[in-house]
Amino acid sequence: MSRYRLDPHDLDRLLERLQEGGRVLIGPRLRDGAIVLDRIRSTADLPRGLTTVTAPGRQHLLDRADDALFGYEVGPDAAKRWLHPPRVELWRARKDEGGELFFEGTDEPPKYAFIGLRACDLAAIGIQDAVFLRPGITDPTYAARRADVRIVAVQCGASAATCFCASMGTGPRVDRGADLTLTEVLDGEPHFVVEVGSEEGEALIEGLPVKPVASTAPEEAAARAAAHQERQMPGDVRASLLNALESPAWDDVAARCLACGNCTLVCPTCFCTTVEDTTTLAGDAVHARRWDTCFDQGFTDLHGHAVREGVAQRYRQWLTHKLSTWHDQFDTSGCVGCGRCITWCPAGIDLVEEARRIGGSG
Amino acid sequence: MTAAALDLWRPVPMPVVSKVQETADTVTIELDARDSPVRFAPGQFTMLYAFGHGEVPISISGDPAHPERLVHTIRAVGRVTNPLVAVEPGQVLGVRGPFGTGWPVHDAEDGEVVVVAGGIGLAPVRPVFHALAAHRERYERVWVLVGARTPADLLYREELERFAGAHGFDLRLTVDHADDTWDGPVGVVTRLLEAADFDPSRATLMTCGPEIMMRFVVREALRQGVPAEKIWLSMERNMKCAIGLCGHCQWGADFLCRTGPVMRWDHAMHRFDVGGL
Ligand SMILES: Cc1cc2nc3c(=O)[nH]c(=O)nc-3n(C[C@H](O)[C@H](O)[C@H](O)COP(=O)(O)OP(=O)(O)OC[C@H]3O[C@@H](n4cnc5c(N)ncnc54)[C@H](O)[C@@H]3O)c2cc1C
Ligand code: SF4
Ligand code: SF4
Ligand code: FES
Repeated sequence: MSRYRLDPHDLDRLLERLQEGGRVLIGPRLRDGAIVLDRIRSTADLPRGLTTVTAPGRQHLLDRADDALFGYEVGPDAAKRWLHPPRVELWRARKDEGGELFFEGTDEPPKYAFIGLRACDLAAIGIQDAVFLRPGITDPTYAARRADVRIVAVQCGASAATCFCASMGTGPRVDRGADLTLTEVLDGEPHFVVEVGSEEGEALIEGLPVKPVASTAPEEAAARAAAHQERQMPGDVRASLLNALESPAWDDVAARCLACGNCTLVCPTCFCTTVEDTTTLAGDAVHARRWDTCFDQGFTDLHGHAVREGVAQRYRQWLTHKLSTWHDQFDTSGCVGCGRCITWCPAGIDLVEEARRIGGSG
Repeated sequence: MTAAALDLWRPVPMPVVSKVQETADTVTIELDARDSPVRFAPGQFTMLYAFGHGEVPISISGDPAHPERLVHTIRAVGRVTNPLVAVEPGQVLGVRGPFGTGWPVHDAEDGEVVVVAGGIGLAPVRPVFHALAAHRERYERVWVLVGARTPADLLYREELERFAGAHGFDLRLTVDHADDTWDGPVGVVTRLLEAADFDPSRATLMTCGPEIMMRFVVREALRQGVPAEKIWLSMERNMKCAIGLCGHCQWGADFLCRTGPVMRWDHAMHRFDVGGL
């Protein structure tokens, strides 16, 4: 991979490049006291000089001593919010005077570019690709958004207390899935080391004021981040959870779990949806899908009752799906170790600890 | 993005051509599928869309030899099935499918066939009767064991009796609660299975109905010596997409909309009794 040095004031040139041709740029920005992913236009929109303190059940923002643009840990949003949106219209049905029905597509998504995604986010996109772009089952809304995206990743140089990507084999080193990867170097004269990961990435920096550089900053940053990580998913979790399906240990976590579904909403790989049917004032019927969560009791409704009535059964679905049956379905774990479900759990439930306790691993 | 990809979510309009009231809350409707014939395996289902109300999974209950006539038997139980049951000939529904796995009508050849169904569970096995009748010579004895709550809830009764007469099916009916029109057996459908005199080593058993019913049916079949890999059942779960994308129908690693609803007992048995999976 070729490496270049980019001066911080030239970063805006890259952001402009990313938005050429009407591409909508999604990146980190501050909103309601959290760093979310949303539309940005220039470096002025990035959360400058901020860092995060993250723990089970919470994330706080603090000022940094420097002007870092990417000096914080993953926030609640991942690319999922844009590639697999929380709500999307699948089609509209229209009835003409003769009673004929017509089904019409209404989805006209923009082209997206992302900046600021981390290694875990890229691994999560890979997992959602496996879900939505299966041979014979292509989800058109995902495919349309995913087809021509540009991704500028950021190499983590620190890990949150909730991160465990190293034990999932998904990070912290960004080694696939990005067109460009930025490593923000703050020692000495601040600069970015830019790694090129694809032909599209090469095209993005063509003509920008970058200089070839020999730098090991990306590897050093990744090693620093990895060294912070204490949490480790047990290696035998796939089998151990399946062997524990009827363990009373699920009741213990069910007593703490609020079944709010926050974990599945912030999880960058969870893909479940439901559909909503409404009618417009003009008399068209809208068939829309929106994110759903297996923590909702109605998720398994059969006439008059739910299959997973208790919270223990729903927590079991979440954990066994993420860590066990996902392998059978998609040949990969459903967890990338981003830690979001731990950070944004109002009860601070830690899936790694639960997996260890319930699966009986050491 | 290809047009084929869009088709997975988007229904095809089909007009209702006829409607038969089967029981107080259940009707059979036939849709005109000549413009887009639905070639299906017995046991497969479609997603039926009622304008403005939504889509639900409904088994195809017609004759697989007639893909141009799409037949469904629907029981009104709620938000979407109520308007579906209320449709009248001439009205148009949306259809996606067929989806899912089918009954082992080919694997069952050269042996006895035992079909055990309860309530609306008869709808997904009705195409099996057509398939067996079309090649009656390929099967040995065919047992059709049917249970319903009351005589008034028995689906397809006349048709079943006609079929049984014409094609030599051993038809046995039972109800949970008799009334004065009923002089047949009273009790659960498992009793019919206990009394049926088939050779368990030569039989393929297909069962569809409430899970609790299927549990007892499978238990009895195993007790009689039907091998696990000759027992098939149909699993019902909430389904929002039928194409493996919404996640609702998961049962362990299975997306029942794709690797079900029909599956072999040896694939189901390790978790069938795990409650709330
Ligand atoms: C593969 C398959 C085949 C089916 N075949 C038939 C058939 O041939 N005839 C027939 O009458 N019914 C059949 N059903 C059941 C039918 O899908 C439900 O009765 C229907 O979904 C109820 O929807 P509702 O909106 O009217 O009911 P509501 O009670 O208002 O529905 C609430 C929610 O629960 C879901 N739901 C309720 N009952 C069931 C159920 N039994 N199975 C799955 N989801 C349910 C609904 O889809 C909805 O999401 C089948 C179900 C499956 C999974
Ligand atoms: S399960 Fe938790 S740690 Fe794993 S990918 Fe989802 S949010 Fe991240
Ligand atoms: S964990 Fe739950 S919400 Fe997430 S993908 Fe699995 S079933 Fe769906
Ligand atoms: S019904 Fe949506 S995944 Fe099976």
